[in-house]
Amino acid sequence: MQYDAILKSLEATAVGKAIGESESLFPWIECVHVLAIVLVVGSIAIVDMRLIGWGSRDRSVTRLTRDVLPCTWVAFLFAACSGALLFVSKAVTYGHNFFFLGKMLLLVLAGTNMAVFHLLLSHDVEHWGATPATTPLPARIAGAISLCLWICIVAFGRWIGFTLHPSLGAG
Amino acid sequence: MQTQALRSFCTWLEHTSMSQTIQTVDWVVPAVQTIHILAIAALMGSALMINLKLVGALGRDQPLAHFSERSVRIIWCALPVLLVTGLIMIIGEPARSLQNPVFQLKMCLVITAIAITLCFQAPLRNNAGFWDATVARRGASLALAILSLALWIGIVFAGRWIAYY
Repeated sequence: MQYDAILKSLEATAVGKAIGESESLFPWIECVHVLAIVLVVGSIAIVDMRLIGWGSRDRSVTRLTRDVLPCTWVAFLFAACSGALLFVSKAVTYGHNFFFLGKMLLLVLAGTNMAVFHLLLSHDVEHWGATPATTPLPARIAGAISLCLWICIVAFGRWIGFTLHPSLGAG
Repeated sequence: MQTQALRSFCTWLEHTSMSQTIQTVDWVVPAVQTIHILAIAALMGSALMINLKLVGALGRDQPLAHFSERSVRIIWCALPVLLVTGLIMIIGEPARSLQNPVFQLKMCLVITAIAITLCFQAPLRNNAGFWDATVARRGASLALAILSLALWIGIVFAGRWIAYY
C-alpha cells in the first residue's frame, strides 16, 4: 500500500533513524514538544476566553490578539517541527494510531475554525469596543469551539502515548 | 533519596485500593495527565505573559500591577489542580515517582518557583506600583520573572523525563 510505503521510507530517513535509535533524543524532543504545546494552548486560551467573555474584558480583542497571537504562532512552529521529528522516528506506528490521526483531524478543524473567524467573523472587530465588551454570538461560538478543540488535542496527544504499545500500557 | 522508609511507604501505597483502581482503570492516568497538562498550559501562558509584559514586549497600555494580578491569580488557580492531579499519578505509581531522582528534582524546582512567585506577589499587596517605583526594582522584577519562567520550563522538562527514568 502506498501509504505504508511512505511511512516506512520516512522512518528510514537519516533523521528518522537517528531519533529512533538514540536513547535520549526522543525524550528531549518530546520535552520541547510538550513545552511548545503548553504555550500554544495557554496563549490561545487567553484569546478564546476573551472571545467567550470569561476574561480580559477590560482589553479590546484587537489589542489582546496583537499581544498574544504572535506567541501562539512561534510556539506552534516549535510544536509542529518537534512533532514532525517525533513522527518520522515511528512513522508506521503513529500513521496507524487512532489518537494520532484524530489529533491531526482536530488540528485541521482548529485551523478551519480560526480561518472562519478571521475571514468571516472578525471584519468589524474594531467596533467591538473595549469596556464592557460583549463580543457577537458567532465570535463567542468560535472561541468556545477553539477552546474545546485544543483541550481535545491535548487529550488525544496524551492518549497516543498510552496506545502505541498496548502491552506496556504507558509511555 | 532512597531511604528504607520511602521504599516501604511506596510498597504500602501501591497496595492500597485507590492505587489499585488507578492502575487497573485504563482511562484514569491519561485523563489525569491531560488535566495536568492543561493546568500547566494555563500556568505557563500566564508566566509567559508576565515576562513579555516586564520586558515591554506587550501590554504597554496597561499598568504592571493590573496585568500581573490577573496572571498571578491564574497561577494560583492552576497550582491546586496540578497538586491534585499530580497526587493521583503518585498514588497510581508511587515507586516510579517518589523514588525517581528526576521527580525529586522536579519537586525542588516547584518549591523554588512557588517561592519566587510569592516574592513577586507579596510587595504588590500593599503597594500596587512597587515594582515600577525605581529602576532597580524594575530590574529585580524582570530577573524574578525570567528566573521563574526558566524554572517552569525546567519543571515541564523534568516532568516528561520522569517517564524515562
